[in-house]
Amino acid sequence: MAEKMTGAEMVIQALTDQGVEHIFGYPGGAALPIYDAMFQQDFVKHILVRHEQGATHMAEGYARSTGKPGVVLVTSGPGATNAVTGLTDALMDSIPLVCITAQVPTTLIGTDGFQECDTVGITRSCTKHNYLVKNVADLPRVLHEAFHIATTGRPGPVVIDIPKDVQFAVGDYYKPETETLRHQSYRPKMDGDLAAIEAAVDLMLKAERPIFYTGGGVINAGPEASENLRELAELTGFPVTSTLMGLGAYPASEPQWMGMLGMHGTYEANMAMHDCDVMINIGARFDDRITGRIDAFSPNSRKIHVDIDPSSINKIIRVDVPIVGDCNRVLEEMIRIWRSRTNQPRTEAIAPWWKQIEKWRAVGSLNFKNSDTIIKPQWAIQRLYEATKAQSKDVYITTEVGQHQMWAAQHFHFDKPNHWMTSGGLGTMGYGLPAAVGVQVAHPDALVIDIAGEASVQMTMQELSTAVQYRLPIKVFILNNERMGMVRQWQDLLHGSRYAHSYSESLPDFVKLAEAYGAKGIKCDTPADLDAAIAEMIDYDGPVLFDVLVEKDENCLPMIPSGKPHNEIILPDTADIGDIIDEKGRALV
Amino acid sequence: MNAHLQPTGSAYFLTQETQQTERHTLSVLVDNEPGILARVVGLFSARGYNIESLTVSETEHDKRLSRITVVVVATPKVLVQIKTQLERLVPVHKVHDLTAEGAYLERELALIKVKGSGEHRAETLRLADAFRAHIVDATVESFVFEVTGKPEKVDSFIALMAPLGLVEVVRTGLAAIGRGPEGM
Ligand SMILES: Cc1ncc(C[n+]2csc(CCOP(=O)(O)OP(=O)(O)O)c2C)c(N)n1
Ligand SMILES: [Mg+2]
Repeated sequence: MAEKMTGAEMVIQALTDQGVEHIFGYPGGAALPIYDAMFQQDFVKHILVRHEQGATHMAEGYARSTGKPGVVLVTSGPGATNAVTGLTDALMDSIPLVCITAQVPTTLIGTDGFQECDTVGITRSCTKHNYLVKNVADLPRVLHEAFHIATTGRPGPVVIDIPKDVQFAVGDYYKPETETLRHQSYRPKMDGDLAAIEAAVDLMLKAERPIFYTGGGVINAGPEASENLRELAELTGFPVTSTLMGLGAYPASEPQWMGMLGMHGTYEANMAMHDCDVMINIGARFDDRITGRIDAFSPNSRKIHVDIDPSSINKIIRVDVPIVGDCNRVLEEMIRIWRSRTNQPRTEAIAPWWKQIEKWRAVGSLNFKNSDTIIKPQWAIQRLYEATKAQSKDVYITTEVGQHQMWAAQHFHFDKPNHWMTSGGLGTMGYGLPAAVGVQVAHPDALVIDIAGEASVQMTMQELSTAVQYRLPIKVFILNNERMGMVRQWQDLLHGSRYAHSYSESLPDFVKLAEAYGAKGIKCDTPADLDAAIAEMIDYDGPVLFDVLVEKDENCLPMIPSGKPHNEIILPDTADIGDIIDEKGRALV
Repeated sequence: MNAHLQPTGSAYFLTQETQQTERHTLSVLVDNEPGILARVVGLFSARGYNIESLTVSETEHDKRLSRITVVVVATPKVLVQIKTQLERLVPVHKVHDLTAEGAYLERELALIKVKGSGEHRAETLRLADAFRAHIVDATVESFVFEVTGKPEKVDSFIALMAPLGLVEVVRTGLAAIGRGPEGM
């Protein structure tokens, strides 16, 4: 039934109808009518951020940890431009976001009005879709369509730009049926082609050196997809590796788990990818961090690729059996067909393969030399992991970007999906702290930890103030090497150890900084004190900035340098990484 | 099945490209709404695809549908990427690769202004007649011709006019449609 209301009220009504309990936002002139409408209700709770980029990452953390869309509300001009990084991040990592941007009144659009920017123009290439709503009659349909598009198919961010006069205008509100939405062109294909799935299972049934290569698509397909992945792995007996985005879909505690693959993945995962005869890619996209040198990528395998996005198929790597569809539905079918063909895992046939894998495992590619005088970053993460396991709360980890992120992926272990939030595709420093805030909003009783670097965390540090305001007890675990460690590592690898601007001449006193924000600060620089300090952090009922002073020049290994094949991985015992890359390799990113 | 040895769909070749580029005409059915052209053009520039020609116009007014005809030059693998990337855009209904799908017609319209007098003028008219170009404007010292046909025909007519006092040319770009009874 249509109901008369203003555009601003429609926004709040649509959020309510979509079941949105939390939105992350920041007000401004053009957004005031929406803020006013929000003020007069209490279903939708607003989290006031400190910078719009923070709002977008919070929404991402919220979305990834719940499977629900994250919602952002910002004002026109600088509010919208500040949101661009997070929108791009969400697009790259397929995170469902709905971002409402206010716009100057329609009469001012195009006049270079105060706080006007071409929001739909700027965000066209960093959203799945975007709208400028010039007529209030279109608003109810657009609001609901935005949620539909953000959350279905390959998820992604959607922007709705609403001019101020449209927020004031009165119109009929209604909740449209999916069938009546404007874009009948938008119809994601959910079910995989049955013949292709059968062909895939046939390949799997003959495989002698198989591997499951899984990605974020499994997480996006919902918790059942992870359940089904486990079941298929059990039925087949095949080893499982995953991309950075897919961690948690398959339990790290299972013996079939190979660890993460890719540039900083384990030796066994990368070698198995290189030498396999059947590769089963489920919801991953052959990203360049995974493939290394394309023409040397897994040269002797038949490749199966399950992806909901048809454009991901054959984009980077040509595959033999493409399957366009939702990971969960395809996994279900694979299980059904496998069961109809056999009631045995291929244990015997792939025993030599497992033997080979055990040999690679024995290399111990994640090993590091520990120390009792300096805290090694890897060890700090291991201690953090042990401490979190020993307590009863559900644990969610977010990260910033750099060495600490890769060490977290290597040394923190995930047994459940949706518990690991990191910026994979865009690699956005400053993602982790606000993402942790978003996760904590969604899971108030959980233990939420941002594993951070001292450089990254300063990019969105101000969101600590948000955490304090809303009593969100996030823990920021800073692996402080006083360097942009990952950049320093690449300078060692590629640029003769000339450290151009890869360290901070002046770092804040993080303990005092925490206190200034009204949070708790902890500092630790001695291995012997670390466990007690971690316990103090976990036990504190409020936000904590924990400054862990770690080894400054530790390299993150193993590493497959850009443009190298998987079997030319640099292992931890390499003394001097500066001699490995030639002139041509230096040009690669 | 040695799929991995074949080239991929990136316009920026990640490995040595072995395929030849081809010229294809795509017909794209889209919702006619603000920004749709920017979306399509933005996709081409962002992903490094080459556009040779692009035309767009509303074709079904009551359904607010437009047809975009776009001519691209790419390798077969990149062509598949272009098609799937276009189909990913929310307002895109269908993408047809007319060149790959069989017989189709291509037509273009050009308006051509030629200035001249005396013998040149007579020669101009003779050629225009041979090309079935219509005179749509005339003064004592100039003509504007309207010529339609395949792009090559338009090209030749323009080339012939060049020494006869060609002033300027505008072309619509290509409109293309499949032959036979079936629609898109
Ligand atoms: C916004 C942004 N700017 C620049 C970079 C490039 N970059 C990648 S890692 C890194 C250094 C990160 O340093 P820190 O947060 O201290 O982490 P560490 O590598 O030392 O663990 C930089 C500058 C980036 N990823 N994101
Ligand atoms: Mg650092």
